[in-house]
Amino acid sequence: MREILRNPAGLVGSFLLFGVLVAALFGPLIAPYDPQLFHVSARLQGPSAAHWLGTDQYGRDLLSRLLNGAPSTVFFGLGATALGVGVGSIIGVIAGVAGGKLDSVIMRVLDGLLAMPELLFTLLIVTFLGGGTTQAMLAVAISFAPGMARIARSSVLSVRTREYVLAAIARGESRAWIVGREVLPNALGPIIVEATIRVSFAIMIGATLGFLGLGAQPPSTEWGLMVAEARQFMFRNPWCVIVPGVAIAITAMGFNLFGDALRDAFDPKRSR
Amino acid sequence: MSFAYLLRRLGAIVIVLAIVTLAVFGITMVLPGNAALMILGEHATPDSLAAMERQLGLDRPMVSQYLDWVWGVLHGDFGMSLRMSLPVAQVVGDAARNSAWLALIALTTVTAIAIPLGAIAALRRGTIWDLVIGLFSYVGTAMPEFVTATLLLILLASPEWPVFPAGGFVAPGQDFARFLHHAILPSATLGLILMAHISRQVRSEMSEVLTSDYVRAARLKGLRGRRVIWRHALPNSLAPAVAVISLDIGYLLGGIIVVEEIFAWPGLGRLLIYALQNRDLPVIQAVTLLLAVVYALSNLLSDIVISWLDPRVRHA
Repeated sequence: MREILRNPAGLVGSFLLFGVLVAALFGPLIAPYDPQLFHVSARLQGPSAAHWLGTDQYGRDLLSRLLNGAPSTVFFGLGATALGVGVGSIIGVIAGVAGGKLDSVIMRVLDGLLAMPELLFTLLIVTFLGGGTTQAMLAVAISFAPGMARIARSSVLSVRTREYVLAAIARGESRAWIVGREVLPNALGPIIVEATIRVSFAIMIGATLGFLGLGAQPPSTEWGLMVAEARQFMFRNPWCVIVPGVAIAITAMGFNLFGDALRDAFDPKRSR
Repeated sequence: MSFAYLLRRLGAIVIVLAIVTLAVFGITMVLPGNAALMILGEHATPDSLAAMERQLGLDRPMVSQYLDWVWGVLHGDFGMSLRMSLPVAQVVGDAARNSAWLALIALTTVTAIAIPLGAIAALRRGTIWDLVIGLFSYVGTAMPEFVTATLLLILLASPEWPVFPAGGFVAPGQDFARFLHHAILPSATLGLILMAHISRQVRSEMSEVLTSDYVRAARLKGLRGRRVIWRHALPNSLAPAVAVISLDIGYLLGGIIVVEEIFAWPGLGRLLIYALQNRDLPVIQAVTLLLAVVYALSNLLSDIVISWLDPRVRHA
């Protein structure tokens, strides 16, 4: 952790992440207004003392909507990534440990799935599952799994021939012990780093799905959906699209910077 | 790069594409609502539905439907669109051409700008230039296409200051200047994200190369700084950049879906969203397959270019 904070990118990333997590955990509690409350006399306003970030086309307070949308936006990214990374890593570790025929069959299938651009794959799955937050999350998780499986596999392969693993084999340890105690802990680094960076992709894809009307549904305050709903009015009050849009970018950037710093901390060669 | 290697790669692509056709066909088959229902509407009687299903061959086993579809695809016959009563090949072909224009404009401008930017950042490490370029690339990678597009629209297409049209399309053959005018905002949206990736990659590779033994050796030999950079450092940092560009083509193909939808650009992305919303299965299948083929071929092309730029890969 100290490594990360010493790196300027890591410091900024940790700072952003801290703010985002506070908003996600306590946002709905500290929001000044009800996010669905119409202030009919104050529609499409810029920032003011009463409404710090302005109001949307129904006069709903943008700050309150932003804070209320934080949990659904942030936990969407965390949930989708955790699921995709979990499933993908299991597949990848199985392929890497098993080797041989099973490995090549799994890898060919993964290659086939990876041959589709990620967003396209996600869109197909969402259409199949039907729109909605849970469905969108599942779709992102499924589309993450093949890429994660590949990373987990190559990470296992690179560890498998290290001296400490060979030593364990020479000692006559059981296969399960070697995989569980020697290979996995050492293969975990790249998986964690990749997962952190993927959270930002998951958040961006989730927001994009919300924007396209395939993710969160109204009256949700998910940030992508907020941009989509306010788009018609963006020339009359740019704040109602800029506020959620910038919030998405800040969140994604926080996870990105933090992930980069994490990678440098894991791999001293890269950090110079 | 031997001929045998190329053949092997092409063989691998054929296998991958076979898996893709299976996946595409499988996903579209399990989508709720079949083609007969789409054509007749939800008030169709069970009898007429059954008749239509027989006519379309939907009552036959999945495997023979799949083989028929693949047979048709191999002969350039993708079937008829369920919604537009036009051959799918024609609809998709037109859309593909419009998308290709957009991708071409985005990729060429991005490559022309991003590689020098990355090189400058690496050569001026630690200066304000490096910082600005770095910041820009961080912000660029953190903005989804729809946010970038919306911000660009507010800045450059507002009713008070309409520098560019907010959407629409003019065929390049009809009026090339107006075509470009309409293409600038969508390709800028696609370009910003790509530019961030590529310049970052070039910077990190180039700064690694600049501290490498052979660059130091070249300097010690007394070569001039400029020659060291052009002859030794830049070519060796390009191979990874090409790798990123080919990965980014995957991004680009995804980004095109959103960008075309926002700017009402009649390309593959917009067609796909229309087809998904209207369950136009033959169109969904054709667009997905086409995008996968483009992606696979661009990966192959990048491997060829990389081996040409990097002798270590060539002789491996």
